[in-house]
Amino acid sequence: MSLPSDLKSNFPLLSQTINGHQIVYLDSAASSQKPDVVIEAMNNYYRTINANVHRGAYQIAAEATEAMEQARAKLATFIGAPSANEIVFTKNATESFNLIARSWGGQNLGPNDVVLISDMEHHANIVPWQILSAEKGFELRWIPLTPDGHLDLSQLDRLLNGVKMVSITAMSNVLGTLNPIREIADKAHSVGALMAVDGSQYVPHLPTNVVELGADLLCFTGHKMCGPTGIGVLWGRAEVLDAMPPFLGGGEMILDVRRDGFTPNELPHKFEAGTPPIAEIIGLGAAVDFLSSLGMSDVRQHEIDLTDYALRALTDRYGEEITIHGPSNASERGGVLSIQYRDVHPHDLSQVLDQRGICVRAGHHCAKPLMRELGVGATARASLYVYNDKSDVDALTESLAPAGELFAL
Amino acid sequence: MAGLEDLYKEIIIDHYRNPRNRGELDSPPAHKTEGFNPLCGDEVLLTFALKGEIIEELLISGQGCSISQASASMMSAAVQGKSIGEVRDLTRQFKAMMSIHEESIGADDPPPGDGHAFELGDLEALKGVVKFPVRIKCATLSWNTLLTGLDELEV
Ligand SMILES: Cc1ncc(COP(=O)(O)O)c(C=O)c1O
Repeated sequence: MSLPSDLKSNFPLLSQTINGHQIVYLDSAASSQKPDVVIEAMNNYYRTINANVHRGAYQIAAEATEAMEQARAKLATFIGAPSANEIVFTKNATESFNLIARSWGGQNLGPNDVVLISDMEHHANIVPWQILSAEKGFELRWIPLTPDGHLDLSQLDRLLNGVKMVSITAMSNVLGTLNPIREIADKAHSVGALMAVDGSQYVPHLPTNVVELGADLLCFTGHKMCGPTGIGVLWGRAEVLDAMPPFLGGGEMILDVRRDGFTPNELPHKFEAGTPPIAEIIGLGAAVDFLSSLGMSDVRQHEIDLTDYALRALTDRYGEEITIHGPSNASERGGVLSIQYRDVHPHDLSQVLDQRGICVRAGHHCAKPLMRELGVGATARASLYVYNDKSDVDALTESLAPAGELFAL
Repeated sequence: MAGLEDLYKEIIIDHYRNPRNRGELDSPPAHKTEGFNPLCGDEVLLTFALKGEIIEELLISGQGCSISQASASMMSAAVQGKSIGEVRDLTRQFKAMMSIHEESIGADDPPPGDGHAFELGDLEALKGVVKFPVRIKCATLSWNTLLTGLDELEV
């Protein structure tokens, strides 16, 4: 099976022209486009059942609550979570990590403890730990990289000494590298540490099963998986979440409030203070339906095929003039291509591409420690998703040479 | 629609390819100040030597896109031999060209200089950047970095 060839027609934005060219959207690692079904689902909510959830006894309030809780159940199924109560809605992956750091970290980390992350983490899985470390005095330790952009796990046993939490991305948003989460999780567990996983680039692109991954906690973000912005997920094993104190306080997250204190609500509401982003949750549920209807195995196969095509097309055409960071084998990576073309600065490259309607990201991709390891200030990143096809890759390939003429030193 | 030719004037490409005053002075005695554009990862390191109130020499290192590098190169040529007050005036004039006006910049922006108006010369070529709002930060990076460096002298 493969993905339908007319998939682009499901995404209204992709029918636009930019600077006189049909838009070529190659920045899905930053945020994906949204299919009609997602836009419609949110629209429908506002048009027909807009009401606050978990509060009113009247019909539309009940329907809104029902729609939101259905979305939660869909997400649980989508990632193989044993229970929908383990799905906590947040604002985005960043908030999910802040929740873990504040809540779990605040309770469990002290001066002699260690949190183990890696050199390829997104700032979302770095800075919350750094903020907390400044308060609590624990050590933040880093798994280094191999020259070909994998995690260097040769010293993992030594690195795990004294570690209470391992928090690693399942797929790098710069290198595309897919990390051996299960292997790391098993080792983490063997020293009594918890395993948190950044699924921001993984869940949208590969079949995900939290149990098979061996994760205790998983963070991901709706807008990279055909869903709206403003909605993210923290999944955690019930036992782990249950033991964690609340993060934000307010309405919805309590069972009782008295002058002398409060009783926190049950999972997942304990972590969902205040009125949730109801439309966004429903939109994300529709995104999950959309991706499920495509089949995540087919999504993954499509991306392997297209990544392979892109890697070949770019290196055949440009040879030594181009560096594509990360693993060279498409089956070991996702469709994120961080490109260095001659000595054209990524910002200039993306500007020239923009003139041709091609959207790529230029910058440090919120992974500055990784940029330092790579010895670059920035890269131009083209990233692929379900709606991309060979014509998008061809447009990119064609357009590098003109940028080179203008800017090569 | 603004075209690439509005942005990438020949003189900009020339400064990008042949940057003036590249390098680092020994610091100390030279003053040293660093700036970042968190959006795109550009970094600039300025070292400059003062003789009294006059910027006697200013060197630039770091890395960045054509706009940030060309702007830094042009700035280095424009500020040598000027007094601190004159440099503040020139910076204000340059930022005004970038559509950044006094009222829209924060309270920590430059105290009034000596009120000179300068020929912008090569710097005029950067005017087209205004049509590409995301690139304005590239053009102003080295200027803001220099202002920070000058402010540090005063405390
Ligand atoms: C690997 C990774 N982690 C975390 C994030 C943060 O996602 P968000 O900005 O939606 O919180 C991103 C996306 O920017 C990412 O690529």
